[in-house]
Amino acid sequence: MEKELRLMKGNEAVAEAAIRCGADGYFGYPITPQSEILEYLMEAKPWETTGMVVLQAESEVAAINMVYGGAGCGKKVMTTSSSPGISLKQEGITYIAGAELPCLIVNVVRGGPGLGTIQPAQSDYFQATKGGGHGDYHLIVLAPASVQEMADFVELSFDLAFKYRNPVMMLSDGAIGQMMEKVWFGPQKERSETVPEWATTGKPATRERNIITSLDLDPNAQERFNQKLIDKYNLIKEKEVRFEEFQCDDAEYLLVAYGTSARVCQKAVQLCRAEGIKVGLLRPITLFPFPSKRINKLADKMKLILSIEMSAGQMVEDVMLSVNGKVPVYHFGRMGGIVTAPDEVVEFLKSKIIGG
Amino acid sequence: MTEATGIKEIIKPENLVYKKTKIMTDNVLSYCPGCGHGTAHRILAEIIDEEGLQSKTIGISPVGCSVLLYNFLDIDWQEAAHGRAPALATAIKRLLPDRFVFTYQGDGDLAAIGTAETIHACNRGENILIIFVNNGIYGMTGGQMAPTTLPGMKSSTSPYGRDVKLMGNPLKMTDIVATLPGTYYVTRQSVHTAANVKKTKKAIRKAIQYQKLDKGTCFIEIVSNCPSNWKMTPVESNKWMEQNMFPFYPLGDLKVPAEETEK
Amino acid sequence: MAKIRGSIVVDVERCKGCEVCMVTCPTGTIAMAKEVNHKGYFYAFPANPELCIGCANCAMVCPDGVITVYKTKI
Repeated sequence: MEKELRLMKGNEAVAEAAIRCGADGYFGYPITPQSEILEYLMEAKPWETTGMVVLQAESEVAAINMVYGGAGCGKKVMTTSSSPGISLKQEGITYIAGAELPCLIVNVVRGGPGLGTIQPAQSDYFQATKGGGHGDYHLIVLAPASVQEMADFVELSFDLAFKYRNPVMMLSDGAIGQMMEKVWFGPQKERSETVPEWATTGKPATRERNIITSLDLDPNAQERFNQKLIDKYNLIKEKEVRFEEFQCDDAEYLLVAYGTSARVCQKAVQLCRAEGIKVGLLRPITLFPFPSKRINKLADKMKLILSIEMSAGQMVEDVMLSVNGKVPVYHFGRMGGIVTAPDEVVEFLKSKIIGG
Repeated sequence: MTEATGIKEIIKPENLVYKKTKIMTDNVLSYCPGCGHGTAHRILAEIIDEEGLQSKTIGISPVGCSVLLYNFLDIDWQEAAHGRAPALATAIKRLLPDRFVFTYQGDGDLAAIGTAETIHACNRGENILIIFVNNGIYGMTGGQMAPTTLPGMKSSTSPYGRDVKLMGNPLKMTDIVATLPGTYYVTRQSVHTAANVKKTKKAIRKAIQYQKLDKGTCFIEIVSNCPSNWKMTPVESNKWMEQNMFPFYPLGDLKVPAEETEK
Repeated sequence: MAKIRGSIVVDVERCKGCEVCMVTCPTGTIAMAKEVNHKGYFYAFPANPELCIGCANCAMVCPDGVITVYKTKI
């Protein structure tokens, strides 16, 4: 299989990967720091090559509802935005989850709350993993930490979305969206002709009508549906946890970090080790399902654990839940759109080792 | 007895003139007695049947009294969030261009929360049919004021009558979308008399033809009644509608294709 | 001389007694029953069946589609 090497921004890699994996549609709206995705797609004109639909919607609200419509037809559709736009999409996202539709939503996170900043942050963790929209549902959340992963996770997201009939989110950040790195792409895949049996495509005589809805006014039926979703998420927790470990084998201290923070922590680990501090890094790749079991196991041999995130401390709560009181857990990270520096992580770890 | 029949000798299959279309399911409609929704649904179903479009149609239902529309017509349906139906329709039609795609929306859905989606779908000239059922009130939620509620009209949130100084004037969405180049055929109809039912059927049939020819957005407003929340009998509500709604929302074509006017 | 004669069949259990068919009927065929169906509605019925001309106006306006219409030349 021929692979092609390119040099491009994380955002551009998402767009190129979408075309190559045979996505059927992209519906988006400009917002910094991810507008390049829509711009790249408009310039690439995939509707002339693969027939992919690309549309700049009038708002993020409209875009997510276009995704709902397309997903309901069994198509591979996606949208991208950044934090304030993702907030706008929450209504559509819960409807998509409630109707059990597959799709990809990419959040290139910027500082918040409110209009915030345009620089990178990781302060949408709660929104992505704990809800964001109303009701009992979860997104499968993938956290890329490189331009390569921005590309690779597009197809992975669609695979997971269709496997579980669930929306999937790629939780990126402004740094990864904007940085340029080498990225390998596989060859162009054909757009799928397969029509899922639940999709609305026009009712033939051979089946009952398909109805895409999240409404059920019968509370008993709705409870059964809620339980069905719970069962689905439990299966996802069992089968789809992904993470990467860096120098954890002999570590006495653990850093837990994803995305840009994980890259920072990789450097921090090297700096610490140079000073003789045995620290390791666990990088969650799926934020939902969270690698709780693995962190709980690692906690057995750690003296303390740090959650390094560019936020006021969100993932740290899941780390604490995973650790379940075995060892102290602390959060550290810059906010306001500032990227934490490796030596800041080192200093903080040292302060906790000494001072507690 | 379950049936009341006229002269029995005439009741023979070869004498059949009118029967409810099989596209309507057997489910009892959830609407109040005399509500225009039922008639509008049936007309739509009849045309889908007559044009042989059941296997090619995707409908998008709103939030409002007709949220359960998908229980009544035997076609593929998507339930949209409040006001968002034109966005769903946009994607569906662009991804499946050979299907007949329509939205069916009430006045809250289309003229309040959905104004952006309505205007932009029309502005882009999406190849869809938007059916807008306007009865000047929010039915499902219990009779609150709608963007299309008439000045002076009472509702549960305008108990002293709509005061245009505080609440603004009624919004004429049909007139607004008619000004957009993206709309191809814009008309206002009703379904409260047999003559109007025939005209509405004709309008929907035209819209289907235009969609087949990729002409742009077709927009059909159906001015209708709400006996329950207007607090009238169905027959009274139709009279009130004629006397009050029609002067404000006049029936007829607002925009016809140039080819038609030349005839 | 051939005369158009019609006959309607009303599904009385699904009729909601809205009376729109009655006011639409051009010949005065339809009236509302004095008894209710199992939902409590006074249902429509062909009170003067000999007046029916099978125009189907009633069926066309019926919101619940409960009327079936037949027509013949006699």
